[in-house]
Amino acid sequence: MSTTVTIQVRVNGKERDIESGQTIHAFLESLELHPGMVVVELNKEILARDTYGENKVQQGDTIELVHFVGGG
Amino acid sequence: MTEAAGTTVTADELDVPLDIGGVEFTSRLIVGTGKYENNEIMVDAIRASGAEMVTVAVRRVDLDRTKEEAILHHLSPDDFFLLANTAGCYTAEDAIRYARLARAAGFNEFVKLEVIGDERTLLPDVQATLVAAKTLADEGFKVMAYTNDDLITALRLEDAGCVAVMPLASPIGSGLGVVNPYSIREIKGRLEAPVIVDAGVGTASDACVTMEQGVDGVLMNTALAAADDPVRMSHAMRHAVVAGRLAFLAGRMPSREVAVPSSPTRGMLD
Repeated sequence: MSTTVTIQVRVNGKERDIESGQTIHAFLESLELHPGMVVVELNKEILARDTYGENKVQQGDTIELVHFVGGG
Repeated sequence: MTEAAGTTVTADELDVPLDIGGVEFTSRLIVGTGKYENNEIMVDAIRASGAEMVTVAVRRVDLDRTKEEAILHHLSPDDFFLLANTAGCYTAEDAIRYARLARAAGFNEFVKLEVIGDERTLLPDVQATLVAAKTLADEGFKVMAYTNDDLITALRLEDAGCVAVMPLASPIGSGLGVVNPYSIREIKGRLEAPVIVDAGVGTASDACVTMEQGVDGVLMNTALAAADDPVRMSHAMRHAVVAGRLAFLAGRMPSREVAVPSSPTRGMLD
C-alpha cells in the first residue's frame, strides 16, 4: 500500500500542497516548466541548474520561480 | 534620376562600433520589450529599430498561465543581446537579488541596474544605486547603471566599476525628451565609460537631439511601445539615432542670430 504524503511549500508567494520527495527538476516538470527557462530561488538561495536533479523540495520551503518578461 | 555620382558610403562606415564592457554593437539604440500591445508587434518593432541589445525584466513565473509572457518564447537570445534590468526595485538589496537571478538565467553578466527612489517620478535612488553598483561590479557583473543627470553620481558610478553610465533624459515613460542637455554633455565629457541616455525620449527628434549631445547611445521603451504605430516609430527612431550620431560626429556649423547668404553676393546683374 502506498500513501501519498504531501508537504506544504510556498511557491511564488502562494501556499501549495505538493507531493513529498520530489526533486526541483520533478517539481518544475509537474508545473510544466522547462528547467532551462526558469531560475529557481530556494529559501533565498539561487540554485544552479545542474543541481535541480539533486535538491529535493522540503516541507516549509519558500520557492521563487522567475523568468524574463518584457520590460524597459 | 541616375544614381548620384561618388560615394555610396554607409552610415555604419562613418562611425565606429559601440563597445560596452568588451561587447561591440553596431546600433547605438537599445530598446525595451515592455508595454507592447502584443508580442508580435513587439518583435516587429524591435526588428525595425535595428537594436541589437534589448532589455528584459525579471519577474515571477505566473503559474496559472506561463506560455505567453516568457519573453524568450518570442525573442531569441541568439538574435539579441539580452540586458536584464532590476526595474521595480526600491532598495540596493532587492536590485542585487534581481541581478543575481538574472545572471543565473545564464546568458551574460550584464545588468541594467535600476534602483527607484520615488513612485511618482520614478527617479533613481542614487545612493542605493551606488551601493548596488559597487557590490555587483565586485561580483563580476557588467553594470549599466540608470541614474540621474547628475555629474557627481555619474563619476561615482564609473569609479564603482560600471561598464556604462545611463543618465535619464527625463523621467521614465514621460516622453519629455532631454530636459538638461548641458548636464548630459558634461557627463559625456567627463566620463571614459560609455554614456547611454536612458529614459524620457518621446519621439524621433528627442532621440536625435540626445545623440547630438555626443553620448554613446540611447535606451528607450515607451516611446516605441506607446506610439500609435510602434513599428513605424521604431524605424523613425533607428534613423533619428543614426542622424543625431552622425550630426554630432560631423560637427555642426556655429549658430548665429543673423542671416548669412548661401549664394555669392558678387556677380549679381545691374
